[in-house]
Amino acid sequence: MVKVKSILIVGVGGQGTLLASKILTQGLMETGYDVKMSEIHGMSQRGGSVSAHIRYGERVYSPVISEGEADILLSFEEMEAYRWLNYLKPGGKAIINNYRLPSAPILTGQTDYPEGLIEEMAKNVDVIMVNAMDIALGLSFAKSMNIVLLGALIKIAELNNINWENIIRRIVPEKYLEGNLRAFEAGMNSVS
Amino acid sequence: MKQLMTGNEAIARGAYEAGIRFASAYPGTPSTEILENIALYKDDIVAEWAPNEKVALEAVIGYSIAGGRAIASMKQVGLNVAADPLFSFAYTGCNGSAVIITADEPGIHSSQTEQDNRYYAKMAKLPMLEPTDSQQAKDMVIAACEISEKYRTPVIIRMTTRICHSKSIVELGSRREVPNKEYKKDIWQFTTMPAVSQKLRFQLEERLKKLTEEANNSPFNHIEWNNKSIGVIANGIAYQYAKEVFGEEASYLRIGFSYPIPMELITEFASRVDTLYVIEEVEPFLEEEIRAAGIECHGKDLLPRIGELSPKIIEETIKGVKKELLPMQPDKVTSRPPVLCPGCAHRAVFYELSKRKDLFISGDIGCYGLGALPPLSAMDTCICMGASVSAGHGAAKAFKGYNLDKHVVSVIGDSTFFHSGMTSLLNVVYNKSKTTTVILDNRITGMTGHQDHPGTGYTAQGEESQEASIEKIVNSLGVNDVKTINPLQLTELHEAIDSALENPEPSVIIARWPCALKKLSAKDKEEFGKHVKRYIVKKEQCIGCKKCIRTGCPALRYDKGNKKVLIDPIMCNGCSLCAQVCPVGAIVLDRK
Repeated sequence: MVKVKSILIVGVGGQGTLLASKILTQGLMETGYDVKMSEIHGMSQRGGSVSAHIRYGERVYSPVISEGEADILLSFEEMEAYRWLNYLKPGGKAIINNYRLPSAPILTGQTDYPEGLIEEMAKNVDVIMVNAMDIALGLSFAKSMNIVLLGALIKIAELNNINWENIIRRIVPEKYLEGNLRAFEAGMNSVS
Repeated sequence: MKQLMTGNEAIARGAYEAGIRFASAYPGTPSTEILENIALYKDDIVAEWAPNEKVALEAVIGYSIAGGRAIASMKQVGLNVAADPLFSFAYTGCNGSAVIITADEPGIHSSQTEQDNRYYAKMAKLPMLEPTDSQQAKDMVIAACEISEKYRTPVIIRMTTRICHSKSIVELGSRREVPNKEYKKDIWQFTTMPAVSQKLRFQLEERLKKLTEEANNSPFNHIEWNNKSIGVIANGIAYQYAKEVFGEEASYLRIGFSYPIPMELITEFASRVDTLYVIEEVEPFLEEEIRAAGIECHGKDLLPRIGELSPKIIEETIKGVKKELLPMQPDKVTSRPPVLCPGCAHRAVFYELSKRKDLFISGDIGCYGLGALPPLSAMDTCICMGASVSAGHGAAKAFKGYNLDKHVVSVIGDSTFFHSGMTSLLNVVYNKSKTTTVILDNRITGMTGHQDHPGTGYTAQGEESQEASIEKIVNSLGVNDVKTINPLQLTELHEAIDSALENPEPSVIIARWPCALKKLSAKDKEEFGKHVKRYIVKKEQCIGCKKCIRTGCPALRYDKGNKKVLIDPIMCNGCSLCAQVCPVGAIVLDRK
């Protein structure tokens, strides 16, 4: 437990990034890390671009990740991954949901969804694609896409020694628990 | 026990542990979750949503003069609204104790201004504390109560977005029960008549002197000696950023009790370091005073005055170190502006208004400010809470005075109307301007994440309460032409606007439909029923005219290849607006 690690989770308001970061930070704290997390609420919840900064280690000062500092970027949406790319450190890992959510200018036909972003990112960083929506739909639980992605993140961040099931049990409401546990497991197994 | 908490949750916990018994607030980002979390301590604290911040602070003033412990919380512009009682309260002081939270927004994430509310402490001559993390946020509420009681003064705790919405680990304590102070009538202390205020004015200066001594000795103003070639004075989140950048290469004076400024301590620290940096977000509040005291330092000569700081900014400007970043072209991604949600009834109102020419649309604060953006583009101004109606009045007078043919429509939300639209509407009637006010009554305070208000009929702690009737209020203010309509019925809405614009008298349209995201209350279900329908596009009938796209609903997608519109089944909320504007009837209810 020495160097501070930084994980940046990004997506679109309403995608469930906050629940994923809540579970992650709770687990990190219970493992004995100092943890800080920063997010922006408010207007951005209305379908805007959202981010949660998570930092953990022996002693954490800034709750905010600076550009070029994230060890892992977890993006719930393709274009958002590119928007936040320069927060990743050279040699960092980008876990990207294979999922596109067109923003307002695209929906109204003013412009097209950008192509080739993944290929471009893959030139400089280690890109790990996750078919989280397909996996979630396969479990008949579309809303668990966020937990699938959390599972993938835990595996890539090498944090699977923590008892996540125990933490998910305490945070997720009973009615969605089994679905989310299955989603978490499927997410872990989706990456290597 | 340890818990990960946001700064806002920690303030609420602090209120609980400090033995506070009363809290009042008006929702506003980034402060909203303070009262929401205090409200959870139902057995120990009475928590109320007030109609506005002035009312919230005044309730706290009364509670503390009566002898109790109380807390008011608001966003930075909320303190502008509460500034009037704030200044008087500094004079009267309290009997019990009073804590005032201001949550500032460097970076303007969800506000109209980037004001630095530390100047309120200086101007009102009140002590101010600034936490650097959630643990301190909690500790400072307890300390603020003690300072408040000891010096009989209200205490300001100034937060910023990054403190409010960042989580860090907090050690929980238990609640202390504090007896109330005996209330004794004392007009020479609690009535701010001129003769009394003249006396209290001296008291205020005396108190400030004692508080300066307190600040110089406060544990919240903490020196950490490391390498003395660099000395850093920093407050709030800026301390964390500085520590991240300099580590043990610098010595630190962390300022947590920031007004009155602990100049003795600062002078001592400054005298023992080679180069002094003052690192603070937005204005050079500390730096100005430090320079005025004849101490040489760097600050805003290097650091930006605008926006949030970050470790990167400090590293680049002070250390001159530039990190290499991954190559990327920002123009490759399209913007993702916030939008009105699918199913939002505000969309219908702006859609109808946008079709009319010669309108001046005076907007207000809330989600519906998004009506200003394309494709709706149905707003001319947006100033501050309640200004739609009063600025609309002024604009109408100008158009009339200069013989310009423009009608004024003021658009205001239900919570904003209760906050400060009522007096503005009274002015419209009293001073006779012909304006139409559309009250977007979505049955909740929407933008801040669904807080109850006098119109919902429920309190902050979930009790049923008298439901304020907007119709009756508007009638009583003297508006005779009042129509309550369902904005999702476009024909009804269209006719209401036509009729209002033709009326030479002031008129009001109450567009009543719940927020698409609202968890409906029992009362709501009775009135609006359950609407779990969805709409679909009949592909063969769609002519690709994009009329529905012009409503700006994010559930609609235009497929350029097929020249057809699609509806995202997960996002559609079934409001039917697109179906109503479709000229060929290609959008229909999904019967599945």
